[in-house]
Amino acid sequence: MNALLSSTNAIAAMSGIFGLNIKLIDIAYIVSSIFFIFGIKMLGKADTARRGNMVSSIGMLIAVVATLLYSGLDYTWIIAGIIIGAAIGVVAAKMVKMTSMPELVALFNGFGGLASLLVGWAEYERIKGFGWEGYLAHTQGEFYFSNIVIWLTLWIGGITFTGSILAYLKLSAKISGSAICFKGQKAFNALLALAMVAALVAMCMLPLETAYPVMIAVIALALLLGIFGVLPIGGGDMPVVISLLNSFSGLAAAAAGFTIANTVLIVSGCLVGASGFILTIIMCKAMNRTLANVLFSGFGATDEGSAKVEGEMKAASIEDAYYVLEAARSVVIIPGYGMAVAQAQHAVKELGTMLEANGAEVRYAIHPVAGRMPGHMNVLLAEADVPYEQLAEMDSVNPMMEMVDVALVIGANDVVNPAAVEDPGCPIYGMPIIEAYKARTVFALKRGKGAGFSGLVNKLYFLEKTRMLYGDAKATVSELAGMFKDK
Amino acid sequence: MDITQLLFIFTLAAFLGLELIAKVPSQLHTPLMSGSNAISGITIVGALLAVTNGEGQAIHIIGFIAVVLATVNVVGGYVVTDRMLAMFKKKGDK
Repeated sequence: MNALLSSTNAIAAMSGIFGLNIKLIDIAYIVSSIFFIFGIKMLGKADTARRGNMVSSIGMLIAVVATLLYSGLDYTWIIAGIIIGAAIGVVAAKMVKMTSMPELVALFNGFGGLASLLVGWAEYERIKGFGWEGYLAHTQGEFYFSNIVIWLTLWIGGITFTGSILAYLKLSAKISGSAICFKGQKAFNALLALAMVAALVAMCMLPLETAYPVMIAVIALALLLGIFGVLPIGGGDMPVVISLLNSFSGLAAAAAGFTIANTVLIVSGCLVGASGFILTIIMCKAMNRTLANVLFSGFGATDEGSAKVEGEMKAASIEDAYYVLEAARSVVIIPGYGMAVAQAQHAVKELGTMLEANGAEVRYAIHPVAGRMPGHMNVLLAEADVPYEQLAEMDSVNPMMEMVDVALVIGANDVVNPAAVEDPGCPIYGMPIIEAYKARTVFALKRGKGAGFSGLVNKLYFLEKTRMLYGDAKATVSELAGMFKDK
Repeated sequence: MDITQLLFIFTLAAFLGLELIAKVPSQLHTPLMSGSNAISGITIVGALLAVTNGEGQAIHIIGFIAVVLATVNVVGGYVVTDRMLAMFKKKGDK
């Protein structure tokens, strides 16, 4: 046990103050890890989630304060850095609209990845300053191990950074959200990965002066891999990508922990890595696809799925919709990314309330991958004060779909596409969907006539019972709600 | 610390993490993600340890930038998660 408590750290070794202080710091790290573990556990349950977040933030505070006990730190710059970082963080977190939450999470995630990368880089600078012999003597480290973990830190951190930034750009529509592919992309990415492995070998073989530029090349390669890895992934697959990058940011921190032999980094980074990994798997399952398929298939960039569909999309006026909704006894609202884009959640909630007042039973059916991050729709509807009891998960709402008078599809597309059930040739075949097509009537709100994000034709829109309501979702929904009010 | 011990800690933490999060209701997916995202800012500890006196300009600058970035991640992550969870909580109180 004693061995576990006495971590050796580069700085501690260099400043030469072993003893009580270092022990104290290590014990504080253990306490902080316990806070993180309880925090995450509590985050997983609705009634304790908010306190869990608080608990985990206390764990973070303990870890930071304990770290400041190491001697030799330059407090002036540290305090300046923390003040600047905290100010940016608070302002961004307070200002962001709930609809832009996926972008912000991606951005924060990227910053964390870059910070880990820099930790790895700084450690290499330290090695450069000491020379390998001096460095390894001080840290009681191991040559190959140090090289590998620094390489891993740079690699994972770099991918996390540029990957997240690219996800941010796609999500905020600063660049096209669809999959961007070019010829030989897979070969190019494979080449990058190969170069990465070669760089590790070079880092281990070459003398320090020549290995240093190789280390810089590793950073460049990692940054490129992040960009070209996320480029061919379409907007509809973003929940998977964001979860995966979240996992990576944790693993980058853990790798940084190995680099500087710091236990609290390893433990908490690993916890985050695991949680992100589980979310990734959940998201993949919700789409009935493998992770490899999501990452490498360039889904949605091709037009293989646009099979011929019989019939035509029939538009309806808002008045038509009003009369049908007015007579409906049970309504299921199916929100999708379109609701987030139109920022229509408050209007949707208002319409829901009106329908209830009119005597209809209203439920919100939420697909696990609706939106651009896990649980995206839940957050938006919570913001609009939709009662939790009205939110229904896919599995509970599907069995009663046939009894539903009106399914109101608001900006959702692939998650209600019956082709996923009926058409084995369709790229999303096998993906569990919300079976809106079983409802007696379907109203689909849509901006225009084009195919959705995935580029697939949605067969739901062509059904006899489906009517399209074109236009801005927020305007349409508000108008509908207004008609109920004026009644 | 011994390398195998570090790997041992990592392995145990991985299993612990998988156990902790295996069953999380879908409405908490976003807060869980942004909350754990804030935790990944723990790399701030590594960043702090790079901002030292007398180890040269390069480490100092790299460390400082890392501190700023990691702090944005940590503080922003916790605040935004709290904001989200506050909205969820309102429901329970009604």
